[in-house]
Amino acid sequence: MTHSDSQQVDSALPASSIETSLEKAPMLEMCGITKRFPGVLANDNVSFDVRAGEVHTLLGENGAGKSTLMKILYGLYQPDEGELRLHGKPLRLRSPLDAISHRIGMIHQHFMLVPTLTVAENVALGLPSQRGPLTDLKRVSRRVNELSDLYGLQVDPAAFVWQLAVGERQRVEIIKALYRDVQLLVLDEPTAVLTPQEVDDFFTILHEMKRDGRGLIFISHKLQEVMDLSDRVTVLRHGRVEATTTPAQTTRNDLAALMVGRQLDSATRGNRASLTSETPEVFSVNGLRVAGDRGVDALKSIDLQVHAGEILGIAGVSGNGQRELAEAVTGLRPILAGDVLVDGSAITGMTPKKIREAGLSFVPEERMRDGAIGDFSVADNMVLHNHTESQFSSAGFLDFAAIKTHCSKLVQDFNVKTPDLDTPTKNLSGGNIQKLIMARELASNPRVLIAAQPTRGVDIGAAEYIHQRLLEQRDSGTAIMVISEDLDEVMALADRIAVICEGEIMGVLDAGNATREQIGLMMAGVSDAANSQRA
Amino acid sequence: MTDVFTTTIVVATIASGIRLATPFLLAALGEAIGQRSGVLNLGVDGVMLLGAFAAYFVVLDTENVWLGVVAGITIGICMGVLYAVITVFLHAEQGVSGIGIYLFGLGMSDLLFQKLVGTPLPIDQFSEWSVPYLSDVPVIGVMLFQHSPMVYIAFLLVPVVAFILNRTTFGLNVRAVGESPESADSLGVSVRRVRFCTIIAGNALAGLAGAALAIELGIFQQNLTNAMGFIAIALVYFGAWRAPGVMAGALVFGMVGAIVLQAKTLGLIPRSASDIAAMAPAIITILALVVVANRFRQPAALTKPYFRGD
Repeated sequence: MTHSDSQQVDSALPASSIETSLEKAPMLEMCGITKRFPGVLANDNVSFDVRAGEVHTLLGENGAGKSTLMKILYGLYQPDEGELRLHGKPLRLRSPLDAISHRIGMIHQHFMLVPTLTVAENVALGLPSQRGPLTDLKRVSRRVNELSDLYGLQVDPAAFVWQLAVGERQRVEIIKALYRDVQLLVLDEPTAVLTPQEVDDFFTILHEMKRDGRGLIFISHKLQEVMDLSDRVTVLRHGRVEATTTPAQTTRNDLAALMVGRQLDSATRGNRASLTSETPEVFSVNGLRVAGDRGVDALKSIDLQVHAGEILGIAGVSGNGQRELAEAVTGLRPILAGDVLVDGSAITGMTPKKIREAGLSFVPEERMRDGAIGDFSVADNMVLHNHTESQFSSAGFLDFAAIKTHCSKLVQDFNVKTPDLDTPTKNLSGGNIQKLIMARELASNPRVLIAAQPTRGVDIGAAEYIHQRLLEQRDSGTAIMVISEDLDEVMALADRIAVICEGEIMGVLDAGNATREQIGLMMAGVSDAANSQRA
Repeated sequence: MTDVFTTTIVVATIASGIRLATPFLLAALGEAIGQRSGVLNLGVDGVMLLGAFAAYFVVLDTENVWLGVVAGITIGICMGVLYAVITVFLHAEQGVSGIGIYLFGLGMSDLLFQKLVGTPLPIDQFSEWSVPYLSDVPVIGVMLFQHSPMVYIAFLLVPVVAFILNRTTFGLNVRAVGESPESADSLGVSVRRVRFCTIIAGNALAGLAGAALAIELGIFQQNLTNAMGFIAIALVYFGAWRAPGVMAGALVFGMVGAIVLQAKTLGLIPRSASDIAAMAPAIITILALVVVANRFRQPAALTKPYFRGD
């Protein structure tokens, strides 16, 4: 297939290539890429290539070097050693502009869209206009509509991006890439924000793009998706290529083992909590109504109950009220109506401190914003909430010895890997910061634990450990609510699963016999009742 | 009482309100352009003072008001380059840097005035320019079409700025950079270049505003602007970062000022209350801000330096 190097953005799509892509020479090669950062070898002699019309997955834990490699490909970083080649010709990328001019596109994990602009404006941004200095949004809109029809990507070019749901925003990102007629597209964890059904639609589009002869680089943690979608898989670990293989030649477990460097006992799920009608209800939410940041109700009268020794999972697509739920019950967001009860007594409207004293602990979703202070030491962060209590201070003076003893024990108990207690917390890895926060929150053996996205951005090893601790805490009688956008996590941990969509609970399912399809439909807004009628 | 409000007086008051609004409008348009790209410039007043002195000095020397205008704009551009280097390339905190620029302008304009001129000599002023035909229309002619050229320039800049922001690729880049610089960067839009341009344009307009003020008044003195630049910043918030809104704000401010002046001239305000009356424009602006503010969201990246990566 011949792509001219010209920047004819409005050109027709390349004729679909029927040749078998796998026999062809690579479209893009990254040869012996090495990238060093102070104290870190992010990429160590990495070689990676993509052929036209294939999906090549890049798999690895956080910090394995995937992002660095992709940033090099997108011109954001310069490699210290090694070379990029496009269609066999050496390539130097000094900025995203260079990458774009070689028709390399990237869909970032956090969408690169300007919310206050329309879809057409977002698509046109950064491109030369046919009308010189003036924008030509009519032409752009026409082309967007053509692409929508061609690929089945429904999107209104005149809509403002802030009005769009997450799934629609992703379609805009894809249209942006198609509009630029990318020959190579990097997709950084594109499915993290989609419901299982949306993922299916998304994969259909990717297949369509493959058929056009485009090369796709897919980054994901979800091994099943990787197995379903990829033509080839390259596993990175500690900045090095562990293996390049195909789904036919490997298994999910092998891939996981390659990522982590050891075999994982994936069936961590212990016995499910045995609930009887006598199990006391420790935490409940009745008719909770909460406003979102834009003033619209983020939660519309929801009811939830969590029993002692139970994990209630809250599943849902990002942005459907999960964050507001966590903030409301922990006292960080005003409650418009309804009640929150711990052990039968209302904590509604209390300050976060009073709520903690009532026995509720909180592992927040944004761990570096709401969970820990980056510049504070490990020890300071561990007593952040209770350093004024008599065990750690007297007459306003901190008892450093007591704090140190307490924290050393916690660091050991929770396997927090830190050089010492005085290390600034921001220097720890995401997984260790999360373990630190878990240690702090569980130290008081709370009645109720709210854990929001407990393993997001945490490496597999630490995630496994955190899951284990959550299950242990459940077994010791704590009522736990796990809010997670990772359906696998919810299904692995929860005893019951409540599905949230647009601020409403679509239904509560027993985790033992819930299926992904059932939950997926509820995540998309189909209520449980309607769901069972269809079945 | 009724004969006080004759047509002539009303027309004169409105015309004077438009005249008073002009320097505010110029400075606020410049500030709005910068803020749309995510850069707050608290130094407007300092740049206005430097522009005013440059214009005054050049007109004093050459007796050509247009050379004075060019001098004001040039000084504005120089200060813009300085501010852009500080905030865009060195990533300095915008609030403090802007205050620094203000203090520099305040002190430097006075120092130069003391050293180079010393006594407040009057300079040539703009001659009034009547728009052919339109100025002959009764009432409206005097009100709108018999002004100094600077007034027309300022008000014509309103649609020009609105057009640039809303209908050109550069304007699209500006709006994107002010809301989400990382998105713009990922599409190959240079955040630095866009911000550099808007800062230069904004400061050029601030310099022009100062020049317009000095030449309109025909004098220079220490702190000639008397914090007009800060009012201009407030007007940007009042006008919700949009050129027509900024113009509305400048007009409200100018009109209130004109009414107070007129009322004083007519002896409607007792001497004892004249200081309080002089505060009226500021008080009304604050009230208007309270009512209008928060109805519109400010550019999301306002005051945030942009770093690539991570």
